[in-house]
Amino acid sequence: MFATLRPVGCHLLPILVFFFLSLTSVRAQSDSTGTEVASDTSTVETATSQGGISDEAVIAEGESLFNANCRVCHAVDQQLVGPALAGVYDRRDMDWIKSFVKNSQAVIASGDDYAVSLYEDYNQTAMPSFNFSDTEVESIIAYVRAEAEKEPEVTAAAGDTPGVSSQATEGPSNFLTVIIVGLVIVLALILVVLFLIINFLTKFLEKREGLDSADREIIAQKFSLGKLVKKPAFVGIVAFVFGIFVLKSVIDGLYQVGIQQGYAPKQPIAFSHKLHAGQYEIDCNYCHTGVRKSKSANIPSANICMNCHGQILTESPEIQKIYAAIENDQPIEWVRVHNLPDLAYFNHAQHVAVGGQECQTCHGEIQEMEVVEQYAPLTMGWCINCHKETNVNTKGNAYYDNLVELHAQHSKEPLKVEDIGGLECAKCHY
Amino acid sequence: MSNRNKVYWKGLEQLKNDPEYVKYAEKEFPDYLPINGNKQSADSSDEGSSRRDFLKMMGFSVAAASLAACEAPVRKAIPYLNKPVEIDPGVANYYASTYTQGGDYCSIVIKTREGRPIKIEGNKQCKLTAGGVSAQVEASVLSLYDQQRLTAPMASGQKSDWQTIDQQIKSALASSRNIRIVSQSILSPTTKKVINDFINRYPGTKHVVYDPQSSYGMVSANQQNFGKAVLPAYDFSKAEVIVSLDADFLGTWIAPVSYIKQYARRRKLSGSRKSMSRHYHFESNMSLTGSNADYRVPVKASQQGLIAAAVYNGLAAKSGAASLSVGQLEVPFLDKAVDALWSAKGKSLVVSGSNDPEVQMVVNAINDLLGNYGTTIDLEKPVNYRQGNDQEMSQFVDDVTGGRVDAVIFYNANPVYDHPQGGLLGTELEKVALKVSTSDRMDETASVCDFVAPDHHYLESWNDSEPQNGHISLTQPGITPLFNTRQVQASLLTWAGAPQTDYYKYLTETWKSVYFPGSGENDFETFWNQSLYNGVVEIATSSVQEPENSPEEDSSEETAGISFDPGMVSGQIQARYQSDNAETELVLYQKVGIGTGAQANNPWLQELPDPITKAVWDNYITVSQKFARENGLTMTEGKTKMANLTVNGVTVTAPILIQPGQANGTIGLALGYGRTSAGRVADGLGANAFALVDRSNGSLSYQITSGVTLEITSESHSIGQTQTHETYMGRETVIQEALLSEYQQDEYAGQFAPKIATWKGDEEKVAPHTVTLWKHHQDEYVNHHWGMSIDLNSCVGCGACTIACQAENNIPVVGRDEVLTRREMHWLRIDRYYSSVGVDDYSSLEQAAENPEVTFQPMMCQHCNNAPCETVCPVAATTHSTEGLNQMAYNRCIGTRYCANNCPYKVRRFNWFKYHDNDQFPENSSMNNTLGRMVLNPDVTVRARGVMEKCTMCVQRIQAGKLTAKQEGRRPTDSDVNTACASACPADAIVFGDMNNPESKIAKTLQIDYHEDRKEVAEPRAYTVLQELNVDPNIFYLRKIRNKDEENA
Repeated sequence: MFATLRPVGCHLLPILVFFFLSLTSVRAQSDSTGTEVASDTSTVETATSQGGISDEAVIAEGESLFNANCRVCHAVDQQLVGPALAGVYDRRDMDWIKSFVKNSQAVIASGDDYAVSLYEDYNQTAMPSFNFSDTEVESIIAYVRAEAEKEPEVTAAAGDTPGVSSQATEGPSNFLTVIIVGLVIVLALILVVLFLIINFLTKFLEKREGLDSADREIIAQKFSLGKLVKKPAFVGIVAFVFGIFVLKSVIDGLYQVGIQQGYAPKQPIAFSHKLHAGQYEIDCNYCHTGVRKSKSANIPSANICMNCHGQILTESPEIQKIYAAIENDQPIEWVRVHNLPDLAYFNHAQHVAVGGQECQTCHGEIQEMEVVEQYAPLTMGWCINCHKETNVNTKGNAYYDNLVELHAQHSKEPLKVEDIGGLECAKCHY
Repeated sequence: MSNRNKVYWKGLEQLKNDPEYVKYAEKEFPDYLPINGNKQSADSSDEGSSRRDFLKMMGFSVAAASLAACEAPVRKAIPYLNKPVEIDPGVANYYASTYTQGGDYCSIVIKTREGRPIKIEGNKQCKLTAGGVSAQVEASVLSLYDQQRLTAPMASGQKSDWQTIDQQIKSALASSRNIRIVSQSILSPTTKKVINDFINRYPGTKHVVYDPQSSYGMVSANQQNFGKAVLPAYDFSKAEVIVSLDADFLGTWIAPVSYIKQYARRRKLSGSRKSMSRHYHFESNMSLTGSNADYRVPVKASQQGLIAAAVYNGLAAKSGAASLSVGQLEVPFLDKAVDALWSAKGKSLVVSGSNDPEVQMVVNAINDLLGNYGTTIDLEKPVNYRQGNDQEMSQFVDDVTGGRVDAVIFYNANPVYDHPQGGLLGTELEKVALKVSTSDRMDETASVCDFVAPDHHYLESWNDSEPQNGHISLTQPGITPLFNTRQVQASLLTWAGAPQTDYYKYLTETWKSVYFPGSGENDFETFWNQSLYNGVVEIATSSVQEPENSPEEDSSEETAGISFDPGMVSGQIQARYQSDNAETELVLYQKVGIGTGAQANNPWLQELPDPITKAVWDNYITVSQKFARENGLTMTEGKTKMANLTVNGVTVTAPILIQPGQANGTIGLALGYGRTSAGRVADGLGANAFALVDRSNGSLSYQITSGVTLEITSESHSIGQTQTHETYMGRETVIQEALLSEYQQDEYAGQFAPKIATWKGDEEKVAPHTVTLWKHHQDEYVNHHWGMSIDLNSCVGCGACTIACQAENNIPVVGRDEVLTRREMHWLRIDRYYSSVGVDDYSSLEQAAENPEVTFQPMMCQHCNNAPCETVCPVAATTHSTEGLNQMAYNRCIGTRYCANNCPYKVRRFNWFKYHDNDQFPENSSMNNTLGRMVLNPDVTVRARGVMEKCTMCVQRIQAGKLTAKQEGRRPTDSDVNTACASACPADAIVFGDMNNPESKIAKTLQIDYHEDRKEVAEPRAYTVLQELNVDPNIFYLRKIRNKDEENA
């Protein structure tokens, strides 16, 4: 009988193990669904972009011209400083477009009704003249046409995708909660059932005659918490576990002192990198003007904002804050997110212009961030690690020629930052 | 150099082996723990803090640290609202400009960061200063951020506004008949034009010019000799023999930056040029120039005229000219100097610092006999550095006293402080109805004025200047005015009711009409921008209309030979000078840092050790060793007695300093101290010696030869002197020198090549570097190998590098008390060694102190390849880089000070206190107020309390230079990287660069030979200090060569 009683506790363990295993697998599953969805969207995009295009090269040329010259004021499907360009080829004929692009002022001055009304509608902002050839204008229009045609499909796909991806991203958490709650209920039920069985069996055994004294003692045995707690072994174990726990948290805590990874303070103006850098793909350099020439990347000054927001979204309360700042002659006080201590010298130009590093390497997927947060820990260990792993961007830079040659004489590995003194104190501390 | 039995010593205490000196010397690191922070009672035997205190402190610190760690403070990033296109935060901008302070001139480049000037560099485009700067120029950037500057115009001591005071001044001027504008020398032609406009509006105006250190004697001598009331331009680089009669031309006389530049060119030696100039110097005080002379002769001030006459007579005898009939005198090396001059006819130069026109006339006659006019002296293109007229200034004081002046405007002038009659003027000025000062602060003169219309600092101003005729340079601002101040020129134009009161526009209009037509440019904009970019313009002739009565008026006349009347001059000289004056003579001088006291409120300059005495924060009466012995004076570790110095009824009190080389029977006292109203830093420091200046001869005389009494009091005083602070423990081979004749025969002359014993016994001694436990760092230097060479032969010890280093590297000022406890922080010090031959017993000690030779040695971290400091640091805070630098990581340092103990050069500095944001160090104004902090270099950490620091070889500049090169995809060159000290050096004695680059200046200076596996320094004069220790420094010194004859050495 004794033997029959023991396994009850033993069975609990496998159940718990199963429970955790199932949890992890669910998480893994949900992750993989996420990636699948993402790759689906990309296939959708490639599929559409391949369809219905006559001349890839013309469109590619048009795209680069558009990005270099037009994007600041125009989008295909959205009104920015100037009108959305989708359908322009339908609205006006090609000759009109060409002459307007080449010299809009002349067209307006000639009294062209459409041009004049356009000029009036857009706050009398004249479009600068562009010295394009006819074929170049045509290529831009071809690009706009191609974009506009794929636009609805992509938007449709994009319309779907966020849905899926939001499911995918929120999925794990919702799904998990349901499973966990379910499992907890099941476990509780099992516990209750087991407890009832024990009770029932004990009562049954008590009534039964003919048990020897030893067995009876076991039956009569009452579970006593007090006794267990007083056992030195138990106290010892608990104290040990507690001690380890405290020590670990203290060490972890100390390592976290001054580290603000994930720090995402509320900014005075709800500027979204996701919108500007992500959706509109504005080059980081456009606003962070110092990133290639100075140690600091520069928080953009208000006049950079006004390059676009002199026209765009002028009614938005957030944009109004910029106007207020300019009117009151009071600079905007952004909250500094990346606080490198004063004792460390960091130079953006060295890393971006010379080292060829992407912004994302240290700042994370900034184009996805609604509110900027500190992505990297910015600890010395993190810096050092990168300097150990990163190859020096030596290509086409005569500064490194001799160093590469010397390095190649005794190593087959590419030249790393640490090989040229990248771990020395006075490279960052002076 | 043991072969010559020469002894090197840093101060008299070392020479005499004073017990107290020995005590400190043997302690090597004579600091004590400043736990109590009580600076005064530190050397008394107080109990110090107990263990309990320590635990309390400890507990508190832990609690505070953990509290502080809980939440990181929210920090703001505030961008420009409207970013100026030329400013990129984090990138320095440079603007060519011009430093002027009265007649002192230096063409400069202002380094600005985010619109703040933070550093002054020399402008290499300028032919006069050629990239050199002085300590005063370097420090002037801190004066911009002086808290004592006035922030608004003042009326009767109360803040006012421009409109109000303009109105009041205008109406007062309108009713004034006799108006005076009192100024120091004005270099700016356009400012003179403004004053002319003012005079035209108010015809009763007279412009009175004076200089705190007058050169009027020279001007009037030239007037009498040549009919030109000017100062000639000198060219020391063309002079093979220089004889100076008390002219401190390397330190403070007229235009030291240009003169050092020229002088140093003739002191450079190389394998291809083994000749240098020979310099004789006759003076009373030990000056910077005298200490650099090959032959220095201490003479009494009362003998100067006779010496000049004797030189003239010597030359006259050789040339057959009429001689002067004056008394004879015995002065060593005088005949030798005469012979040398005669043999270097046309390639020699005689200058005199005397302000006596007669002496200057004799000097003119000497130079004329030698044919130096047209070679080393240029009268055709005279310099405008000093335009003061002592007689007119004297007349002005008389007019004020006599009530004959209705209104006076002081422009860049503080005569109440820096004129001998200042005391009188201060009380008599109340007789003048309208008194306007344009001082930037409530100085001594401004405080007795009705109105103060504060001028901009020169770094906020537009201006031009013409230091030498035909050489024009522009001052452009490096920052918008910090306060509600207005440039004097604009004030004068406003008060004169001129149509154009904007001085910038006035300046461009003037340039457009005056300089542009002859420039050959088509477009004024281009000409203007090009001139601004270069900072300097050379034009054929000075075409500015000078105000009438100006000295430059006659400059167009032909030089019609010298008119020299020996009879008249000899009478004057015979009457004024004598060979055996029994009275004590006082010689007033300027210190290199403080000068005439205009920048006295600048703590960098106050803490710059005087090149000779190495004293800081004080002026003092220098006396000779003989005088000290006769009066029972001793001086150890700066402890001395105060003395009352009385000159013709005026008494000042100052401490005594025993100065080797001081001429017997003379005493010296520096001008520029004793400010009462300059500001927090300067007030109450030292004694004002201007009141002692003698004006009995019509021109001011800084040499008072009669009526001087010195009375030693019982009051004690401590002078902070830095030289005896760092000791090499008796290792005397730090200085190596040779005579020119020896060098010409053997380029290695004077070399000290130590050998060390090995296990093989004494016979087989080897060079230290062959026996070493060290692995050779040099093998790692594949990329760069930074090194420095310092030419002891051309270093004159001026101290520009020390201040340049201080400005570049955010070095704190610690104050006199801390210097007294040996805690000065300068990373770069200039060691001054006296040396004398044949000191072997006590009887010869005094003789040694009579007139020692002097050597200057700039000393900073030697960046040893086998650095002793690195091995002893328990936390690896100081390590070696692969570019040859000895690096110091402040945030890693825990302050054990082992490294400083183990450094044989004693160049490491410990932060005993938190010098920034600390009310206890108000002197440290660059770190203790928001205004002063604007001068800090944002690329260099401000060090915390408890960490070591030392020269980094300007690693921030190295990194910046490398980055520039990388961005342009090339190797860095000399023009990309230079240290602050090397770029400041007016003598070009310091050369810095990449020793791995055969094209670099350092590689050529040291003649580095490149072998397969190593580099070798082949320059015979190059040596490293303390070679026997085999620490293998990356700083090389080039041996000093003295141009002395064997028998005099």
